[in-house]
Amino acid sequence: MQQTWIIVGATSAIARAYARRLADDGAGLILAGRDQAELAALASDATLRGARFAEAMSFDTNAPDGFRKILTRAAREDGSINAAVFTGSMPSQDQIDADPGLIDGTVVDNYAGPMRFLQMLAPMIEERGHGTIVGVASVAGDRGRLGNYVYGSTKAGFATYLSGLRNRLTRSGGHVVTVKPGMVDTAMTWGLDGLVLLASPDKVAGDIVRAVKKRRNTIYSPAIWTVIMGIIRTIPEPIFKKLKI
Amino acid sequence: MRWKTETVTGWGRALSATEQIARPEKRAGLAQIAAEAPCPAMGMRRSYGDACLNDGGKTINTTRLDRLLGFDDATGVLEVEAGATLGDLARVFAPKGWLPPVMPGTGFATVGGAIAMDVHGKNHHGAGSFGQHLAAITLIAPGGKPRTITEKDKTLWRATIGGLGQTGVIASAKINMLRAKGDVMVVTERRINDWDEHIAMLDASDATYTVGWVDATAKGTALGRGVLEEGETGSGLLPKKKGAKTVPFNAPGFALSGPVVRAFNAAYWRRVPATGRTSVKPIGDFFFPLDRIHDWNKLYGKRGFHQFQCVVPLDQADALRDMLRTIAESGLASPLAVLKRMGAGRAGMMSFPMEGYTLAVDFPNRGGVAALVTELEAAAAAAGGRIYLAKDALASGNVVKAMYPEHGDWLKATAKADPKKTLATDLIRRLKLRSL
Repeated sequence: MQQTWIIVGATSAIARAYARRLADDGAGLILAGRDQAELAALASDATLRGARFAEAMSFDTNAPDGFRKILTRAAREDGSINAAVFTGSMPSQDQIDADPGLIDGTVVDNYAGPMRFLQMLAPMIEERGHGTIVGVASVAGDRGRLGNYVYGSTKAGFATYLSGLRNRLTRSGGHVVTVKPGMVDTAMTWGLDGLVLLASPDKVAGDIVRAVKKRRNTIYSPAIWTVIMGIIRTIPEPIFKKLKI
Repeated sequence: MRWKTETVTGWGRALSATEQIARPEKRAGLAQIAAEAPCPAMGMRRSYGDACLNDGGKTINTTRLDRLLGFDDATGVLEVEAGATLGDLARVFAPKGWLPPVMPGTGFATVGGAIAMDVHGKNHHGAGSFGQHLAAITLIAPGGKPRTITEKDKTLWRATIGGLGQTGVIASAKINMLRAKGDVMVVTERRINDWDEHIAMLDASDATYTVGWVDATAKGTALGRGVLEEGETGSGLLPKKKGAKTVPFNAPGFALSGPVVRAFNAAYWRRVPATGRTSVKPIGDFFFPLDRIHDWNKLYGKRGFHQFQCVVPLDQADALRDMLRTIAESGLASPLAVLKRMGAGRAGMMSFPMEGYTLAVDFPNRGGVAALVTELEAAAAAAGGRIYLAKDALASGNVVKAMYPEHGDWLKATAKADPKKTLATDLIRRLKLRSL
């Protein structure tokens, strides 16, 4: 069946790697984000790599009025309408402690904005009876940690939302894949200290492709994080609260 | 822009540098760096020596700026960002019937690096160098905005191609892609018994892609023996190939010791039947045979290796033979040794190619190699030849400058483009290329 993907937050490194893989498969791409010059470069790249079409569209988590336009454009395509949501922002916990006003934007970028967009998309998937949503949460959402618990809590909220949306869409033939990447080698992590098991964006993109194909519910990427987070999740709170990990 | 401090090496791993590195993911990042902290750009660091190093300074890693920006099916002109690799371009465009016009021995080289080194490939005798196939380059000079230059910008154009990155950061380029008959290679291999036969067969070859592998350990009457490889693009179907392998750790020193290399080379030579053979290969296997093993440079162990590559004029083939004899006698060579006839094609003032024969040999970095390479360098100079700066880690400035007759013009052009020498690299400083 003909596939069309809305890539939300398309300029992020993982989104770019994922879009390339979709382009290789000949999917149609709507590349949504804020930086139009970058999106234009990504669209031509995707087209030349084999995308059925690739169009840049404006997406701003703070301006949900624009969401409708993207959905209207997608609705013109036959076949499955899918979406992969990569938007996010990660101010450091220190920055947030100094200025709690940053919390609002973090919640909108990581949680409220994507949630609102997907909520508007859901009826289209239900109506067509097929379509996949990929939502990028984070290992940081599994436990609240000293280092980034505001960011982590937005991702936890988003993961719970994705779980509920999966519960809803599965009734009509749609599907939701929750992706929890570990540390990924992107501009967001470039030059930061204390990075472990750094994965390339292309590695994560490959994991997402496989998860979509196999209709997996939740994946960690790289897979080693399944084990790590399995352990971290089982640490009892009385102990966890004293740890600094 | 966030900077990451890292210790890095060239492909040969014999030289290293500790640098602050920025890796912009957006195009605007390049102009921002040029304004705030101009510094040289690096791609995949496939240069062997220190052309891709800037110890104690800053560098830009361009590998995340690798997008295909536009392609004209009628003319074959591809606009692409500088961080894209030639292997990626070959993979995407070969099925459409186009190839990068020139491909060096590794597909991991970036477009930016290919321009800055004016690289050559197995088709140099016919197609010339990479820079001869460019329609435009978008360059960002220190403190400047992106500017698109063409052949009409005579001096800047010729100072940029093969210009070691010293006129600005290459952001993107328009490349005249080459028509290919399909995405497989029809390859003919012939055994060569000695030096004279090797030169004669290179001279006689009328294939589009030609290269000679040399057994650099063979001495006496077998000196110069090897395998001539000739290739043409073609159409056909091949089974899907296996994924690449990786060398996970540094190999021990004996892996490339004299007896091992001699045995390997003899077997490699005999593998081709005495009567020769023709086979069909995937494009990548012909152009980038070593890319199937990621990080193969680790086979040379922790100390890394050196590659010596020079070119000498056609009438100096005997001098090149004497150099090969010196190498064979030394017993230091690795299996990687290549002989090729070059055409006259070159696009920049500091471009390597000249009409003649080029010899490239890898040496594990151990005792005696530095002295041997210095001796070979002197022999190349005496023969009126030239050494390749993309490979060099050991040469001295005076010898090199004398090999590049347009160095003076290039020096003036770089002084104009980058008066504060913010783009200088370890290579530039070692060879004092930015001064007379």
